[in-house]
Amino acid sequence: MYRILSPKISQKIMKSIFWISGLITIFILLIIIGYIILKGLPVINLEFLFSDPIDSGKAGGIFPMIISTAYVTLIALLVATPLGVGAAVYLAEYAGEGRLVAAIRFGAETLSSIPSIIFGLFGLAFFVIYLDMGWSVLSGGLTLALMALPTILAASEVSVESVNKSYSEGSLALGATKWQTVYQVIVPAAMPGITTGIILGMGRAIAEAAAILYTVGAALAIPISLMDPARPLPLHLYILATEGISLDNAYGTAAVLVIIILIITVVTNTLVDRYTKKMMGR
Amino acid sequence: MSRETDEFLIEKGLFLTAISSVIIIALIIVFIFWEGYPAILNVGFFNFIFGMDWSPSNGLYGVFPMIIGSLAITGLSLLMAVPLGVFCAIFMAEIAPGKMRKILRPTLQTLSGIPSVVYGFFGLIILVPFMRVQFGGTGFSMLTASIILTVMILPIIVSVSEDAIKSVPGEYKEASLALGATHWQTIKNVIFPAAIPGVITSIILGMGRAIGETLAIIMVAGNVVQIPTSILDPVRALTSNIAIEMGYATGTHYNALFATGIVLIFMILILLVIANYFHYKKKVTVGGGYL
Repeated sequence: MYRILSPKISQKIMKSIFWISGLITIFILLIIIGYIILKGLPVINLEFLFSDPIDSGKAGGIFPMIISTAYVTLIALLVATPLGVGAAVYLAEYAGEGRLVAAIRFGAETLSSIPSIIFGLFGLAFFVIYLDMGWSVLSGGLTLALMALPTILAASEVSVESVNKSYSEGSLALGATKWQTVYQVIVPAAMPGITTGIILGMGRAIAEAAAILYTVGAALAIPISLMDPARPLPLHLYILATEGISLDNAYGTAAVLVIIILIITVVTNTLVDRYTKKMMGR
Repeated sequence: MSRETDEFLIEKGLFLTAISSVIIIALIIVFIFWEGYPAILNVGFFNFIFGMDWSPSNGLYGVFPMIIGSLAITGLSLLMAVPLGVFCAIFMAEIAPGKMRKILRPTLQTLSGIPSVVYGFFGLIILVPFMRVQFGGTGFSMLTASIILTVMILPIIVSVSEDAIKSVPGEYKEASLALGATHWQTIKNVIFPAAIPGVITSIILGMGRAIGETLAIIMVAGNVVQIPTSILDPVRALTSNIAIEMGYATGTHYNALFATGIVLIFMILILLVIANYFHYKKKVTVGGGYL
């Protein structure tokens, strides 16, 4: 060991380095969020939120983009939630520890680490072309569902697993079947965790742009049918910024996205806090 | 229907949802390969992987500069994100007072939730002009992209590392402190070495994120197909190549972009295998990704 510095002094130095690295992280967030919100907030008003873009986004608002984001996110969650929660229940309650379960886990892991542009390529080849759905909210929503699935699965599995075993034993002892126990005892008890997972999956779907770049189209109109093309918020921001269409509207769109993410973070934290308190017992 | 058949059918139904991930992965791999292999066949494996020129209009499809580009951007961002992230993780697990932790955790969650396009936009508006003034050139460079990526992969490195540090048994720490070691000596010689598998996992996860990031990089990296000779050179990543050109690609060019996707999938699979080798599993981090 180097003895140039006494242990006490090196302890002090290192402590300040740790503090600095923690503060840098907070500082980075404050700069990014602060800048985007400061620049974007003046642009945001009711008219910006509720009117159509004019001249491909040079002026006007982002109403169709908000609807597009809501639309594709809803499709993604409607598909991914049953799959994710079902898989979580199966893994936590039904499956033993076999090769098959290992394969399922590896599948979910791989799915969560596949780059979003690969999902985009797949969506293009499979949904848009092979299944002939075209550039549509359906193609985009389904592609996003694949991305949200592992997030929902992971969060749900943890919370289903952590339901107190005495709950299910009690239910089974009363003569309930396995499914009745799962449906009426375990899933309700795991609901806060499952909800957190769904909200996290929602965050992922709202934030994603690369996966929908070549699946959802880029239409400026409000999508009505499932087969209409659309332009969700992140895609709109990408187009505004890279094609230099309107800096102001880009700031406004970015700020709307950041605010949505902030709300999601606050909501999930509140849920998790409440859940942990409940699990600890009052 | 009897209770037994009900139960049986429900179990099978749940099983189907469970294997959906496996089916989806299989479909993704099949479709990307199906669309990609004609290009590799056409161009030749070695010409594709090690070819130095990417010029679809001249029928040249070599992705080597972009493989290097992806690795270079990723490597440089890890150089910045790993020290900062690991220090921040130790800070959160060992040193930070409760209040500080309460601020840092949502900070990291928010950082990991911010859309990549917003990072790219921030980079384009703030960082690129800054780099242009500081270092000359256009400001679009490997360094600019790496800085943006550093911020993007920081949350996953911190949260997985922190988890690993926290899961080191408390007795280790107590024993070391009882022997008269300072807190820093304990961290350096006892806690951190015990947490290394988890820290490595966090780095691999960060790497996977960095390699897979697309739009944020496109917006700040300059996207010139070349092997960078300096960190201020513009570069193009594999992901960027797909996203930039897919809009107008046809024929072999279209297939070659899917083949670029195959290269990406292989890189990610290799990382996954390495991560599994270290056997450290982080199940879920609220607001962050998970492996």
